[in-house]
Amino acid sequence: MSGRGLKQLSILAALVLLAGYALVFFWVPMDALEGFRQKVFYLHVPLAIVSLCGFVAGGVEGFRHLRTDDRRHDANSYVFIHISVVFGVATLITGMLWAKASWGHYWVWDEPTLVSFLIVFLLYCTYYPFRYAIEDRDRQARYASVFAITAGAFVPLNFMAVRMAQSLIHPRVFATSEGGLPASMMFTFLVCLVGMALLWVTLVKLELLGKQTSGQVSKLRRALEAEGYGNDEPTATVGRRIAPNLEAQ
Amino acid sequence: MKTTRMTPFGLALGAIVLKDLRTELRTMRSLPAMVLFAVTTFVIFRFGLDRTALSGSLASGVIWTTLLFAAVLGINRIFLPEREEGGFDAFRLAPVDRPVLFVAKATVLFLYLAVLEVIVVPVFALFFLQEWSGLAPLIVVLLATNLGFAALGTLISSMAVNSRARDLLVPLLLLPLVVPLMIAATGATSHLLDAGGPSYDKFGTWLLVLGLYDGIFCLVGYAVFEFLLED
Repeated sequence: MSGRGLKQLSILAALVLLAGYALVFFWVPMDALEGFRQKVFYLHVPLAIVSLCGFVAGGVEGFRHLRTDDRRHDANSYVFIHISVVFGVATLITGMLWAKASWGHYWVWDEPTLVSFLIVFLLYCTYYPFRYAIEDRDRQARYASVFAITAGAFVPLNFMAVRMAQSLIHPRVFATSEGGLPASMMFTFLVCLVGMALLWVTLVKLELLGKQTSGQVSKLRRALEAEGYGNDEPTATVGRRIAPNLEAQ
Repeated sequence: MKTTRMTPFGLALGAIVLKDLRTELRTMRSLPAMVLFAVTTFVIFRFGLDRTALSGSLASGVIWTTLLFAAVLGINRIFLPEREEGGFDAFRLAPVDRPVLFVAKATVLFLYLAVLEVIVVPVFALFFLQEWSGLAPLIVVLLATNLGFAALGTLISSMAVNSRARDLLVPLLLLPLVVPLMIAATGATSHLLDAGGPSYDKFGTWLLVLGLYDGIFCLVGYAVFEFLLED
């Protein structure tokens, strides 16, 4: 993946997000029951959806890595999961703020969606120490892919199991039985969702580009060293051991 | 990769399972530790909860927490002889399908857990339960949960055994993954151990969840296992 189109993409993501949140604050009607605090819905839910989809996409990329043995898919899988974990932190924080405003507590254990998201998040947090603990690069990439597949299959299953265990007080805004969202809210929500997805893609591309660049830099540096320049400079940069790089391509 | 003669699946499976059981019988490396750990944990729960009798969700929580952590002890060591004494290399040289090792190790783990439960669940009943009639249907829940433990445990153990932080990684990776399994197992168990005798509220649904979970992770483990053996 190259940096081509990154600028346009980031501008597009910024515009759609701006448009989405302009709609949220100036156009869409206030929620009758929750009032102003319901607006966090347009931030919290897109974050959660994009991050969960990112986790599953990371599993798909892991699968493709195992099938093709192409390192690029492993790098994709890593970056997908990485950015989704970041989105996951944001989801948990916005969710807790909303819960405090709406239910009076930061954390409500009777809440299946909250609890399942936490479990998924905790599972993906172990991706880093797991990857870090394997030294051989090929093995690390393969094992990380196996993890990504297993965890990707786990995501929907976990949501089902947790939901069955508990009462339902989380707003089921898309539930068909109760009619769902009014059209204006649905439209605004979709704009925010698309904006968030674009932001995710932008960040993923940026991260991949960073990996590619640092891979190239260390390759060049090694070439220089081979010719006897800059021997006293350390080549390792922070985080290189866990993060896959793309210098092989 | 087309080989002329492969050892049949069943034969290879039987050989590995018997080998593992024989080494366990001779060395007693895992099972006694698991049993001892579980019984000691019951004693700790007795004082930690300050209860002499348990029933309902508290009983099911205590028994499943204990079984889970005892299982982690076994899962940690299930691939240890393979790694330390060259079993992986020998297996790679053998003319057998790679997933045989997964099925064999899952079978062994399943058997370990069954033996653990045969000893530990009666001890639990003796220590804490006043109403024993829920124990017979509990067997179904135990078997279904063991299958999930066995499949996931084998997968996680084979992932962790070749890393630097093996002992640390198994619980770290396994615990979040088994949360749904624990939810279903405790959900099915808590009404079985009710003080007034077992009731079967949502019992079938929980068994269905257990079965689905077992099925998915048996398939995932079987499918991805060979990538963990390549070198």
